[in-house]
Amino acid sequence: MTIASGSTLEQRAAEARRQLDVHVREMVAWHFDPATGCPFWLDFAADLDFDPRERIHGYADLKVLGHFQDEWLRGGPIRRWVPKGLADRPLYVFETGGSTGLPKSRVNIEDFQLDYELFSETLSDETFPKGADWLMLGPTGPRRLRLAIEHLAQHRGGASFHVDLDPRWVNKLIKAGKHQEMHLYKEHVIDQGLKILRAHDSVRCLFTTPKLLEALCEKISLAKAGISGIFCGGTEMNAQFHRFAREELVPGIDFVPTYGNTLMGLACHKPFELIENYEITYYPPAPRAVFELVDPDDFERTVDYGETGRVLLTTLTREFFMPRFLERDEGERAEPIEPYPWDGVTNLRLFGRLESSVVVGVY
Amino acid sequence: MLHIPLLRAGRPYESLAVSILSDIRDGAPVAEVSQANSGLVARDLAGASANQARLEEIPTAELLEICRRAGEHLGESELPVGEEGQTPKRYLEQVSATTGLPRAMARANLGKARFVLTEMETVLGGLTRGLDPKILDRGWGTQDGRVVSYRRETPVLGAVLPSNSPGVHSLWLPAIPMKVTLALKPGRMEPWTPYRIAQAFIAAGCPAEAFGFYPSDHAGASELLQRCGRSLFYGDSATVEPWKADRRVQLHGPGWSKVVLGEDAAADWQPHLALIAESVAANGGRSCVNASGVWTAAHGRELALEIAAELAKIEARPLDDPKARLAAFPSVEAAWKLSEYIDARLAIPGAEDLTAPLRESRVAEVGGCAFVLPTVIHCTDADHPLARAEFLFPFVSVVELPADELVAGLGSSLVVTALTEDPRLIHQLLTAPHVERLNLGPLPTNRVAWDQPHEGNLFELLYRQRSLQAVGDGMGNPRAAAAG
Repeated sequence: MTIASGSTLEQRAAEARRQLDVHVREMVAWHFDPATGCPFWLDFAADLDFDPRERIHGYADLKVLGHFQDEWLRGGPIRRWVPKGLADRPLYVFETGGSTGLPKSRVNIEDFQLDYELFSETLSDETFPKGADWLMLGPTGPRRLRLAIEHLAQHRGGASFHVDLDPRWVNKLIKAGKHQEMHLYKEHVIDQGLKILRAHDSVRCLFTTPKLLEALCEKISLAKAGISGIFCGGTEMNAQFHRFAREELVPGIDFVPTYGNTLMGLACHKPFELIENYEITYYPPAPRAVFELVDPDDFERTVDYGETGRVLLTTLTREFFMPRFLERDEGERAEPIEPYPWDGVTNLRLFGRLESSVVVGVY
Repeated sequence: MLHIPLLRAGRPYESLAVSILSDIRDGAPVAEVSQANSGLVARDLAGASANQARLEEIPTAELLEICRRAGEHLGESELPVGEEGQTPKRYLEQVSATTGLPRAMARANLGKARFVLTEMETVLGGLTRGLDPKILDRGWGTQDGRVVSYRRETPVLGAVLPSNSPGVHSLWLPAIPMKVTLALKPGRMEPWTPYRIAQAFIAAGCPAEAFGFYPSDHAGASELLQRCGRSLFYGDSATVEPWKADRRVQLHGPGWSKVVLGEDAAADWQPHLALIAESVAANGGRSCVNASGVWTAAHGRELALEIAAELAKIEARPLDDPKARLAAFPSVEAAWKLSEYIDARLAIPGAEDLTAPLRESRVAEVGGCAFVLPTVIHCTDADHPLARAEFLFPFVSVVELPADELVAGLGSSLVVTALTEDPRLIHQLLTAPHVERLNLGPLPTNRVAWDQPHEGNLFELLYRQRSLQAVGDGMGNPRAAAAG
């Protein structure tokens, strides 16, 4: 989102809200136009007694469509999600979940590249040098992550090496109580990563998950191995891990905690200089995605700043329209800040009431 | 609010992740407890050998003296808990408030731990079968004219601990005089006792590096079990199951302890009634050494009726009542849920609750707490689901079987008290692989002799006898070669 500088934060936040409403109107016009929309939303609109393009004038009006159900993304036909306006473009399918039951699938054309290009602007050229190569140590497979990190490396003029980890297999091992096998599998993944780091001095940047970062740091000093920037994500990360990473695992290395998912894209985090006590606050890539923190007992009520709420995620791109999806996460509503003059979320974590029923990232 | 930090090689560390401990009576927060992330546990355990070196340099005799002083501190001193001081009285209030154990029982449990510390020389002698402590210092020596040598199997003992009763912590205390450091993951509701014991040791002059204290979730517990060369793991059957094949981990699941009456004792069971009642109900029935079964060769129903009449006298009382004999459940819902679970199984033919006619309800609410009242089941079917059940309150099933089928029918049993003089039955018990501790004669199942190993011998877990042949005395002085 481009917002004029020089104005106050309050003015910038108001401008962001105005631009969001403009964007919502554009996206609704695109997705509900028979010439450009996808079969799913066109069929959906056919069952409504109103035309969303006439009724929806801004973000607040998205309520008329109810809540997006992620169950709709399980199973085919996958092409019902492809907007007609993009039908001639090469298609990627990315999966999320899948440890139990059918995974959710999301079609993608270039959203993931755009998300990671925007994110790239937040990285320091000193610690994530242009032209440096990357090691991506984490889940690849049907996920967006592999191609996304590769694109990030390429966008910054480098190449990316990959070591795969299959989180569905890890989940199976955990469920079966096969701790030893899980340990061996982790060692297997780490060994491959170490080989790459030892063989390729050009690798300066690392993407990995919190657990794999811990395992890697047991074997090697990443600073001595030449790593200057770490982009860490893929699973839930709390303030304690953030502190532990900065103080003990990788002191002196630029550590960038991130949150992204297949349905939203990639969030940006509040710069470390601005935070207290290692709290992690994420801001969505507005206006392409919006976080709203709502009362878990009354989804129509947005909680106050600092209050805990469940994350209501809206994704608004030409490739994917996902209004008001109730995420499995909760957190505290965060105020707009200079670089991101819109709402964010602090201490993102699994929604307490779902804790026993959701398979969380274990890798 | 009081904050209980982690201990990293004895140094307090306040985590940014905390869990809140509440008073089970009114839900009021009592303390926040630092939570260890699993990477932190792994990182600390990588330094275990350096921490162990601090214990290694102290002679065992001095460590025994440290244990004695630690026992005094545990029972008498104000010790640090986070930023605050904790008197023994305050400790009893805190442990009672978050675990539901009546204060009087908490005091008795603290006494147990204190006794083990002050009598550590006897305890150690029992675990090592009289090994001269100097042999641990030197690595080898002679015992009864034979050369013996022991190899330490790990620099650190991990312990994934329960919340049910503080007495359980007595079991890992001998690790310190055995020169093995500790990595403790306390039960969620009971960080108090392990933390206080660590502080008592440190106050007594034990190197602080010997203590790691890591409250955490299941991932932290797994990390600890994975990383420690040897561990104790307390948990229910399903929780400990995945670690069954790992010989580094000593499992402490349910006890399923039992009192067995041969035909002789069954014919004259009245004198044993008090022993049976104590075995079932001492310490609120919360220990693994509490009997959950009475297996008898005759007179099953009469015996069950009398036990029911005896145990039904036990009333729910507030936690601070000195006469309290029952421990409270974490919530009213939990108490009802357990009671309903039992009722659902009673619907299966072959079992009858003999305490039910003696009162209105199995659940009682007193002093803001919920209690499940003592329950005695008579099982006419030895394979009934309740015949070998165990719960965290005084619960016992009385099962009658012919004398020659009794031992085979018991199933896994941590303690068996055998009331019989029938040599055949005694022999069967002595040779039964599923019976751990055996009390021959009228000793309640909860009567623990501290010079006897309990549920696996800690010395045998931490040390292994090695063959040793030495020319001279191994210190450069000539002497005849010897073989161990």
